[in-house]
Amino acid sequence: MISQKPFLLGLLILILILLATIPLYIPPYPVISLTSIIMYIIITVSWTIFSGPTRYISLASAAFFGVGVYTSAILGHILPLPVVILIGGLVSFILALCIGLLTLRLRGMYFIIFTFGISELIRHSLLWWETKIMGTVGRWVVAVDHVVVYYVILVIFILALLTAYLIRRSRFGLAMRSIGEQEEAATHIGINATVVKTTAFAISAFFMGATGAIMATRWTYIDPKIALNPLFSFMPVLMAIFGGTGQLYGPIFGAAVFAYLEEILITKFPYYYMLIFGSILIVVILFLPHGMVGLVQNLRKRGVKRQNANS
Amino acid sequence: MFVTVLDIVIGGLIMGGIYALIAVGLSLQYGVGRVLNVSHGEFIMIGAFATWSLYTLLGISPLLSLVICGPVLFIIGFLIHRSLFQYLRDKSESIGAFADSSLLASFGLLFIIQNVALLIWKADIRGYSYLNSPVSILGALFAAHRLVALLFAVGISLAFYFFLKHTRLGKAIRAAAEDPTTAQVMGVNIHWVLAICFGLGALMAGFAGPLISMMYEIQPMMGLEYTIIAIIVVVLGGLGSITGSLIGGFILGLIGSIVTYFDPGFSLIAYYIIFILLLLIRPTGIFGK
Repeated sequence: MISQKPFLLGLLILILILLATIPLYIPPYPVISLTSIIMYIIITVSWTIFSGPTRYISLASAAFFGVGVYTSAILGHILPLPVVILIGGLVSFILALCIGLLTLRLRGMYFIIFTFGISELIRHSLLWWETKIMGTVGRWVVAVDHVVVYYVILVIFILALLTAYLIRRSRFGLAMRSIGEQEEAATHIGINATVVKTTAFAISAFFMGATGAIMATRWTYIDPKIALNPLFSFMPVLMAIFGGTGQLYGPIFGAAVFAYLEEILITKFPYYYMLIFGSILIVVILFLPHGMVGLVQNLRKRGVKRQNANS
Repeated sequence: MFVTVLDIVIGGLIMGGIYALIAVGLSLQYGVGRVLNVSHGEFIMIGAFATWSLYTLLGISPLLSLVICGPVLFIIGFLIHRSLFQYLRDKSESIGAFADSSLLASFGLLFIIQNVALLIWKADIRGYSYLNSPVSILGALFAAHRLVALLFAVGISLAFYFFLKHTRLGKAIRAAAEDPTTAQVMGVNIHWVLAICFGLGALMAGFAGPLISMMYEIQPMMGLEYTIIAIIVVVLGGLGSITGSLIGGFILGLIGSIVTYFDPGFSLIAYYIIFILLLLIRPTGIFGK
């Protein structure tokens, strides 16, 4: 493990340099595709910050992402881009704090369906508000050059990755893992589960909101159906579990492969894309020895053993 | 005033009857089998479109389609559980891990079924008119097909309730819902019962689909909305309580009808507000333990 570290770090820096220079030598279209792939990676990595170690599966990603998108649509006309992105993240952060404090009692399936319900409630309320009160559905967003969008996404990606890495290594990350293992036991050894869970939830929401705020400028037109599409809630879960949440590179790998696959399938087989996607999903679940979740659990167990062996 | 109230109440019972059917279906699949089947709505959509095709192409009565769709979907559901979900269940380390992997697998099913439906029926909105003549009940007017749908929904619900309470299989299902391990010890063939439950869930979708197609416009993406309503009703009635889902369906239908009377666009929001408040105040549902 230790001997791998310089190698992994070198690889990471190489990949980052490659990503940072890509717009210089490839045409716009692949850059735009790459932007949306990185968008999925950020959402998945930030989903994993909270849901990975605590094992609380959140389906509220669409809400946090969509709130960022809407912040950008409303403030984009009057404020400079960096401020808009920061506010987009902060609004999602605060929303997550509120949801986190509300859902303290809920666990397992109840938490999953609650977060999904909240996300859908916000989407339908926005839609109702726009049709009933405003009279028009949807908004125009100030467009930003695709290279700028790409670099902003890249910066958010690096920050999210760094945050995820630092949290994993900290006492805070350890506290989250013990909540995931046995919440009662974690509380008994003095972990304030409420504070830990809510903070982690809000941090993960911040990155989703910021990503939403910049992606809105890419789409130029948005409405509640686009901004809070439930797929933004489902995809990170599928991607993270596909890649495995035990290690930091799991969700990155899962999201990259999934998002790339989606891009290819949509362009090559527009009429069969969901069919192929669904079949791959089922095949992966069936033919990994214990289903994808089982594989993740095995990875986690192996990870724990390895940590024990090292210490 | 009286007519308005009657209008709202009967309208609520009609919606409620449909909600009860689809929620009982989901309740059998999740409450007993632990499969949170998000493709439940897709089965409803298939039932609705099969009925539409049979009626517009061959002139077959939707009520006859209902009798065909139900059993056909039962067999499909039964086979899906015997192959896919039973395999996953046997492989899973814990029931929690199975709940997660079966949720993902049912997402796969959702994508596949929706795509196949889009290929067959295209993305257009469809509808047909059947038994459209108005019927007057104490001064309130209803299209005949809505009353027929109400009659069928209530009839199927009652028949299912008696099946559950008074047959051996019904008892086995209730036992499996309470405690699968003990039920197995008592001689219940759990694999069969779970597959039958999943099949019965699809059967309910197969009954609801044709009824929905009689009353509303249909399109291949309609499924998820019904799945979500079914989830809300199941939580309202208490996870695992099949009777709770039946009653919960009618309660939500009545609420929906009242809200729709004031503002048609607000009903879905009202459902979500009820759902979220319920999860916060009483997550075990009205009839849960």
